[in-house]
This record gives sequence, C-alpha cells and structure tokens, in this order.
Amino acid sequence: MSILRVENVVSGYGSMEVLHGLSVEVDEGQAVAVIGPNGAGKTTLLRTIFGVVNPWKGKVYFRDEDITGLPPERIVKMGLSYVPQEHNIFPTLTVQENLEMGAFVREDDIRPRVEEIYALFPDLTDRRTSPAGDLSGGMRQMLAIGRALMLNPQLLLLDEPSTGLAPFLVDAIFDRIEELNAQGMTIFLVEQNAHRALQSSDQVYVLEGGEKKAEGSSQEMLADEEIGRLYLGR
Amino acid sequence: MLELLVYGIILGSIIALGAIGITIISRVASRMSNFAHGDFMTFGAYIALVVNGTLLSGVAFLQQKVGPLTFGLGLLLALVPAAILTALLAIGIDQWVYRPLRARRAAPILMSMVSMGIAFAVRGVIYIIWGADFHFYFSGIRRMIFLPMGIKIRPDEIFIMVVAWGLVALTYLFLGRTRTGKALRAVADNPDLARVAGISTERMIVWAWGISGGLAAIAGILYGVETQLRPEMGWGFLLPLFAAVTLGGIGSMEGALVGALVMGIAQQVSTAFLLPTYKPAVAFIIMVLVLLVKPEGIFGRR
Repeated sequence: MSILRVENVVSGYGSMEVLHGLSVEVDEGQAVAVIGPNGAGKTTLLRTIFGVVNPWKGKVYFRDEDITGLPPERIVKMGLSYVPQEHNIFPTLTVQENLEMGAFVREDDIRPRVEEIYALFPDLTDRRTSPAGDLSGGMRQMLAIGRALMLNPQLLLLDEPSTGLAPFLVDAIFDRIEELNAQGMTIFLVEQNAHRALQSSDQVYVLEGGEKKAEGSSQEMLADEEIGRLYLGR
Repeated sequence: MLELLVYGIILGSIIALGAIGITIISRVASRMSNFAHGDFMTFGAYIALVVNGTLLSGVAFLQQKVGPLTFGLGLLLALVPAAILTALLAIGIDQWVYRPLRARRAAPILMSMVSMGIAFAVRGVIYIIWGADFHFYFSGIRRMIFLPMGIKIRPDEIFIMVVAWGLVALTYLFLGRTRTGKALRAVADNPDLARVAGISTERMIVWAWGISGGLAAIAGILYGVETQLRPEMGWGFLLPLFAAVTLGGIGSMEGALVGALVMGIAQQVSTAFLLPTYKPAVAFIIMVLVLLVKPEGIFGRR
C-alpha cells in the first residue's frame, strides 16, 4: 500500500524547469532513497512534495489524498514532516524552542514529546537553552530531525542528512534513521552519499537531469555493476 | 549635565518603545523598513486626544488629575482604544498594500518606499481631520519634583518611563515565553522553515503589525504627554527612531534598546553645547559615524 505517490510531476523555479514529468511511489513502512548527482532535481522533488514549490503539472498523493499545491503549513498537519538540507534550524531560538516550534500546530501539552526527542538524541539534552546557531554541524542535523519528529509523522522526508558531516556522524545519523524506520516510520530521503543511502534503504530511485534513470531494490542496486560505476564511484 | 542625562533617558525610553516596533516589522515582515511608523505614533496620539478630550470629556472623575500627574484616568483609559485602533490601521494597511506586494515577491526596498507613501497618506488624513494646530492633553502648569543632585523632573516623565519600559519588558516576555511569540521569532529567523514546521507566516505578519502598531500608538501618546500634539510629531521622530535601530544593528531587539538610549542621551546632552534645533543633526551624525566604523551596528550579526 503506497503512502506517497508522485505522478508525472513537472516542477521548477521561475521559467527553469527542473523536474520533467517524474513519478515516484513510496510504500508504507519502507525506507526509500533517491540518489543522483548535484542538480538532478532531488531537492526540488522534496520541495514539490511538501508544497514549498508548486508543481506546474502532475499530482502528489498522500494516502490517496490529493495534496498537490497545498501549502506546507497544511501538509504538516496530515502526518508528513520535512527536514530541509540547509537552514533547517532556527538559529536564534534555543534548542528547546526549536523543538517546540516543531509541534507548533499542536495546541495540547507537548512537553512529553520534547522529552522523547531528547531521549532519541541525548546529546541535545545538555544544550536545551543554547541558541541553535551555536551548535556544531552534527548536533544541528540531529536538532533538525528532532524538530521534524515532534509531530510523530507517518512519513519523514529528509534532504541529504549527511551533508557536511564527518563519517562517524553520518553513521550516527543513519543509525537513527534506520531505528525510526524499524519502529514503523516511512522514510523518504534524498542523498548524494549514494552508498550509505543504499545500505539504509529498501527501494531506490536514481535521478539525473530531472528524470528517473533507474529504480529498484537497494540490495540489487548495490550489486549492480553499472550503477556502482556511475553513482557509487567504483 | 546630569539633568540632561536624565532627560536623555526619558527621551530614550520613548524612542525604545518606537524602535522595537520597527525592529519587529523588519524581522518578521519581509525585512522591510516601515517609514510610516512615526505617523502611526501620531495617529495613536490623536486617537487618545479624541477619546480623552472629546468622548470622555464630560465624565468628571476621569478628568480629575491623578496625583501629581497633569492628566486624568481618561488618558490612561484612552491608551487602550488608541493602541487597538492603530494596530488595526497597521494590519489593514498590511492586508491592503503590503500583502499583495509580498505575494509578488517585491523587494524589501520597494516595500520600504511604499511605506514612505503610506506615511504621507496617514499624515494627510491627520491634517484633514485635526488641522495643523498644536493640541495638548492637559492644560495648566507643569509641576516639577526635585530629585537629589539638583535634578528637576516632572511626575509625567516618571509615568512615561514606567509605561515605556514596562511595555518593552512585556513585549520581551511575550516574544520569549508565549507560543505565538516564539513563532514570531521563528518566522524572523527562517520563514521557509517556519512554514515547513506548520507556522503560517502571513498570520505571524498580522501579529507583528498589530504589536508594532499598538506600541507605536502608546509611544506617540507618551511623546504627546512630554511635548505637544502636532501632525508632524511622529514624522520628526522617525530619524532618531531609525538612527537607534541602525545604531543597535538592524533586526536586533537588544540593539534597538541600547541604540534608543544612546540616541536619547546624545540628543539631550548635545543641547548643552548646541542649539536644540540641531538635535536631529546629532542623531544623524552619530548614525553615520557608527555605520562608518561598524556597518552592522553594535549588536548586528553579519
């Protein structure tokens, strides 16, 4: 059963078309990765799904509900969360306030959920009252993911969670993502670090120049000679 | 000299109240500079004049002077409708003028220029309704109280400082402690991420104009209590306001407050050496000097 369906989406900025009729499907409970070089349209795909960019053509469905063109502040209430690649924290807000803003749409007591996020990312606990802008790159990424998890989404969209992080931090972040997936959260992530993305996912799409070049199970892709040569640097 | 310092702090407290309103708008509403802020102050001051001087003029106990102050409870009551009406004016102008501009992704400089036009329009309406004459909230003599070290101060001026800094503190608490206040700061930090987190930036911009307009009205009334009401009062106040905001670092709350005190004190102390007419020039020169040495302002971030 698919939780997210992107159908023939054409999207871009101004007069520049970035996605040329792309279709993607994500099954419930899976971890799906989109890999591809810089400028392939990976970020644009996530922005289009989440309503930050409106598609010119095509449809986006979440659990068979048409969410095409809805603004992000509506989409976030439906059970999707999105972690952008850059500028994904509120730098002058404290760590605690960043998490609180993740649950802005909730009117009830969010403190228990905040504590759950601290339990998931214990490193953040000591920094509750620090401005988020003072955090290191790895901590920022954890905070960004923590913020997106505040509403306990059914589907988590992640844009290059490994960008700019040291290898041991990349592992730490991906371990958390795998953990969340194992607990039943559907993950849809785009990554330049193709190797790591394939190891942590069930299905993969290869994107290049705004078009789908390949799709299949991550296991098979990892073993595939040509994919390895083109995208995994083998 | 010490006395001028005290007068500077009094003037600075009114500047501070105006400056945080400008800061909130420049941080939340697409980084625009609201050049109509001074005329919002004037508008609020005149609304209070109407409420206290006309609507409530027949209610004797409201016109009874409160303690050593020069005005009665009526003016205190008038703070509320003046703040609300000015807030509504600011929100209305935003919905009617700036919102369509935002939808077209207008540059901040363009919106700031439009606010200059709004400033003229608001002032024009004030001229039409109330004329060019001076008005006063009170009549009669201004009593002085004597503080140690030969400082003379009017009881009204203590009232001005209490109200101004009280409201600054309340605004601070609102932004720091409440859900809406935090969301306003989130939009100021990163509007795109705020939307992704479920915060409607348009709704927060309405809040920002409401708060900014309300604070402007109170600042205008306090300025009217300290001096007198005239249609140009707010427009003339704009230079020290923006000098304070720029001095402190555009977008920084703390900076605006420090900048306001520096501006107030510098302007008043300068009257020991220069004619009072040069006060605005002093504000301007300080602003230019600071920008030459530290373009991002005292508390500015690069």
